[in-house]
Amino acid sequence: MVDATGTRRADVLVEGDRVVAVGEDLGAGPGGVRRVLDAGGCLVCPGLVDLHAHLRQPGREEAETVETGARAAALGGYTAVVAMPNTEPPIDDAAVAREVLALGRGAVAEVTVAGAITRARAGELLAPMAELAALGVRLFTDDGAGVQDGALMRRALEYAGGLGVTLAQHCEDAVLAAGGCVHEGAWSSRLGLPGIPAAAEEVMVARDIALARLTGSRVHFLHLSTAGSVALVRAAREEGLPVTAEAAPHHFSLTDAEIAGYDPVFRVNPPLRQAGDVAAVRQGLADGTVQAVATDHAPHTPESKEVPFDQAPPGMLGLQTALPLTLEALGDRLSPAEVLALLSWQPAAIAGLLEGDRRPEGLSPHGGPVAPGATANLCVVDPAATWRLEVGHLASRSRNSPYLGRSLTGRARHTVLRGEPVVVDAEAQR
Amino acid sequence: MTGQHLLSVDDLGREGIAEVLRVADAFAEVERRSIPKVPTLRGRVVATLFFEESTRTRWSFETAAKRLSADVLSFSAASSSVKKGESLRDTVETIVAMGIDAVVVRHPSSGAPHQVAGWIGDRSHVLNAGDGWHEHPTQALLDCFTVRQVLAERRGESPAGIECFEGLRVLVVGDVRHSRVARSQVLAYHALGAEVTLAAPGSLLPPSLEGWPVTVAADFDRALGDAQVVSLLRLQTERGSGAFVPSLREYTAGWGLTNSRVRSLADDVIVTHPGPMVRGVEIAGDVADLPVTVATLQVTNGVAVRMAVLFLLLGAAGGSVPSVPAGERQEAAAHGEDPEGAKVSAGG
Repeated sequence: MVDATGTRRADVLVEGDRVVAVGEDLGAGPGGVRRVLDAGGCLVCPGLVDLHAHLRQPGREEAETVETGARAAALGGYTAVVAMPNTEPPIDDAAVAREVLALGRGAVAEVTVAGAITRARAGELLAPMAELAALGVRLFTDDGAGVQDGALMRRALEYAGGLGVTLAQHCEDAVLAAGGCVHEGAWSSRLGLPGIPAAAEEVMVARDIALARLTGSRVHFLHLSTAGSVALVRAAREEGLPVTAEAAPHHFSLTDAEIAGYDPVFRVNPPLRQAGDVAAVRQGLADGTVQAVATDHAPHTPESKEVPFDQAPPGMLGLQTALPLTLEALGDRLSPAEVLALLSWQPAAIAGLLEGDRRPEGLSPHGGPVAPGATANLCVVDPAATWRLEVGHLASRSRNSPYLGRSLTGRARHTVLRGEPVVVDAEAQR
Repeated sequence: MTGQHLLSVDDLGREGIAEVLRVADAFAEVERRSIPKVPTLRGRVVATLFFEESTRTRWSFETAAKRLSADVLSFSAASSSVKKGESLRDTVETIVAMGIDAVVVRHPSSGAPHQVAGWIGDRSHVLNAGDGWHEHPTQALLDCFTVRQVLAERRGESPAGIECFEGLRVLVVGDVRHSRVARSQVLAYHALGAEVTLAAPGSLLPPSLEGWPVTVAADFDRALGDAQVVSLLRLQTERGSGAFVPSLREYTAGWGLTNSRVRSLADDVIVTHPGPMVRGVEIAGDVADLPVTVATLQVTNGVAVRMAVLFLLLGAAGGSVPSVPAGERQEAAAHGEDPEGAKVSAGG
């Protein structure tokens, strides 16, 4: 059993939606044990928490829904996901937030939302953050685009600081990145694809670090992808600034060499970078500069990806592959507890989903610790399971995973949501 | 030439390029006949799929296909189901379902012909007629064909081999960043043994030249004087390249082949241009009309080279190339041509 308090060998007894006992060789309680989930050779941990999932509802239900995205999450070991606000309409007011939160009730993973920083994510006027915060929304982002206007971002940070919420930035200078669809470098130059330079990300990371210093408000950096960004965030944290960061599995597993065949499944934003960036992101995760692995799960229908590379929408699936990819990338230098910290309790803290945090109505605490009285949001990780990802495994409505057909090591064997085994032996139960 | 498709000059390699040039020699001879047509691809269907307009490339491919007696279909994105929202894949599947033997694809997006080839597999042949900033392989092939022809004529030889490219100093000038022609030229000239130098303002060079077998000229005028072949590229103002330099005037002053720069050219230089030329920008009007400028010859040769490529992809199994005149064949044998080439040449 692994959680923020440590690692030990134990059974976990769940009754109703609660953990009632944790200890060695727990026998049946007074009523007997109704069901035993085998965790032999596995790690039992708090359910994983994804800071960054595009569930596409409302507006793009052909690509994903809250229900199907939540099922993908549960299969990936997640008990909670933060749905990004770039829906149609975007989550920039309470009505849309309430709709998505309502869609999440009854799903096989809990769903909270991030709100937009600006109205319609247009980067011009502040979204009603207080109204959204009152619903329990804790993260705000215009993800899909960064807030380009530095003065507006400063105002947003000052306003957010008073609400106790966190602004999460998709760092991309729109002018520097304009027209680009891949990392700008040797591969883009050779393939004739318009590039997005690393600098397009780094200038906004640097700006927002300066704004965090100016305002004292919290900034969370989404999907860091370059060595330069990791170095900037490391320095900012050493300075004591209130900044956190996440990285997506594809940014620490794949390089831009993947684009050589022009397969649009590899179009993602930020783009896949170079080997040195991949190494720097891994190092950032290993040394605490980056606190969370976040999937940036971005479903797109097959037809929307059957177009020329530069016309394909950016994004790839992530919820069902993040756990094995993180174990594969970091398993040699981090303990299982350290890996799971990146996937569960550290993102839960950033999302404001821990016990004691002010969560949206109906959302239980996530991220542990696994102790008597805690809500039973659990994941049983088989770190040695080797399996091949097939289309049939995908719960998502979309299929845009670059890992289809690839062998992966590590898998969520069981996922337990509020005491209910929603995934058993890697099969969704509903 | 062994591949199913021609997507990149890299698909050919040195030997493949040599083979295309050799077969194109035979087709150039066909073009000089009173009825410049052979039955090689009779009954085969070639479709040109142009998602970006280009009259000269389309006509060149279609003329080539017709001279091989193939039936030719013309698809233009502007007047097709693409306008109705059809995906590229569905467009291609529809066309292939009609039993078309080869599709010649021009697309504004880099890599689109690769994707088309991936979907088609071995059901048809894909020829890249220019994709985005990526490649335009037949343009580079016809450039090489033309350079080889001019060099051979000057030496009073028949252009049999590719030895003339060994150590040849080729200077590619202009908007390399946005140029599919430049990318194919670099690959082709390098494969043939030439030394390629690029000359352009920094903003028109690719962001990275890692892995490119080129040097970048520090001094354009000096590089110009040193070059044996000067390949001028058009400034692609319709793609916004104009904004990469302060003004066309400054571009011309710094990087144009102006009347005053002509004096620094070597006497035996060859100036190529893929067209369309913008007189007064990358090349002065008078310079365009000098005998060293072979743009018109390139257009003529484009047909023979595209006939060769179509023949090698579609017809090599059962068809035949008309025989080259006996004198040239002996010339070829004297230059140590490989047996397969001789066989193809003798087939007609």
